[in-house]
Amino acid sequence: MQQLIYFIQKYRYFLFFLFLELIAFQLIINNLSFHKSKFINSASSITGGFYSKTNSMRDYFQLDIENKELLNENLILRNKLEKLSQSIDTPALTEIFEKTDFRQRYSYIQGRIEKNQFRSNYNFLTINLGKKDSLVPEMGVINSKGILGITENVLHSYSRVRSILNKNSKINAKLKNSNYFGTLTWDGLDYNSTQLLDIPRQARLKVGDTIITGGMSSIFPEGIPIGSIDNIANEASIKRIINIKLFNDMSSLKNIYVVKDFDKQQLMNLEKTSNE
Amino acid sequence: MNKIRVFLWIIIILFLQILVLNNINFSQHINPYLYISFIFLFPLNKNRFVFLTAAFFYGLILDFFSDTGGIHAASLLFVAFLRLNFIKLFFRKNNIDYLLFNLHSEAFGQVFNYVVTITIIHHFILFSLDNFSFNNLNIVLLNTLYSSIFTLVLYFLGSYILRKKQLH
Repeated sequence: MQQLIYFIQKYRYFLFFLFLELIAFQLIINNLSFHKSKFINSASSITGGFYSKTNSMRDYFQLDIENKELLNENLILRNKLEKLSQSIDTPALTEIFEKTDFRQRYSYIQGRIEKNQFRSNYNFLTINLGKKDSLVPEMGVINSKGILGITENVLHSYSRVRSILNKNSKINAKLKNSNYFGTLTWDGLDYNSTQLLDIPRQARLKVGDTIITGGMSSIFPEGIPIGSIDNIANEASIKRIINIKLFNDMSSLKNIYVVKDFDKQQLMNLEKTSNE
Repeated sequence: MNKIRVFLWIIIILFLQILVLNNINFSQHINPYLYISFIFLFPLNKNRFVFLTAAFFYGLILDFFSDTGGIHAASLLFVAFLRLNFIKLFFRKNNIDYLLFNLHSEAFGQVFNYVVTITIIHHFILFSLDNFSFNNLNIVLLNTLYSSIFTLVLYFLGSYILRKKQLH
């Protein structure tokens, strides 16, 4: 007993150091796994509020660029609407369209990025939406140019988003001109390019082909743009890696939309019953 | 009085790190981590519990703001634990000298060795934990080298300017 006390006395600083270091390692490991990172994240009201304050100052300097981007998006949407109203002009289609008017699958919630990160291997974004805007974990986050990430921790007025620039994120993606789908991952090297894996070998690929979201999950709707094929590594082998140049510049992001899927619960129930 | 000044500097450096230095991202990965000067500024004491706890929470605040789990806390705590050993190694000081120890009054060569060693160890642990695998070791080493140079230039410039000011 005396020796034990002597031991603790002699190594008390080292034991204290070891204790704190173990806590830190526990936090690191928790941060890397999906649903455990409750404690340390920038979505809390203190850190989120702090970033929100500093951002509101910075916003004035970027109003010009933001306005241009929003105008561009408006233009694209207006053109799409015009095409759509032309194509449903026949009476039969109008009737169908009116019937489906009250049946909407996705809705979008508008928000803003409070903290953007793209330097680390495991990047996260903080957005100014939370439980008060009826957000839940695992909702898709997009902007006018493409996808950004998936919500992970949702607190009262801020949430943390797992960026597509995170080594742990895996997103279903497919080619625009065919229905072959694969998994979108990131290797942690360049923040302008991500990697598409598991595309079947018979799929014909060309540099410059557009990649869009696959719609196999209930997170992103089908057809949201991601990027275009930049180059293909190991073309002939099974470990084929397709490098994708993102449409978004991940280092300058501001306005975002969160995708709300009304059918999510239904789909999840369906998957549950088929498992039994 | 001196302690209050040190405390104020530590807070200023914390905000500088969160608001400015974390967003530099020079060629994507290279950032200065000036908050390491917490180790050099904090007064020496024979009782290390206060210093270790303070280092842990200082790193944890940075982790809160940069979504990094606990990598800043772990790496800062590691060099905080090693600090007294390096003081003994480079400056040959004993327990009695701790109260009057001042980095400004030491020879520049010794201070340089001390600061460079601690910075490189801290950055290496930081980037290893950020990488969190045994792959990409060359990237970890390169990041350590470049970021250390960046941090050291900033630290020595800052301490030189501030020391000049105190004399006048």
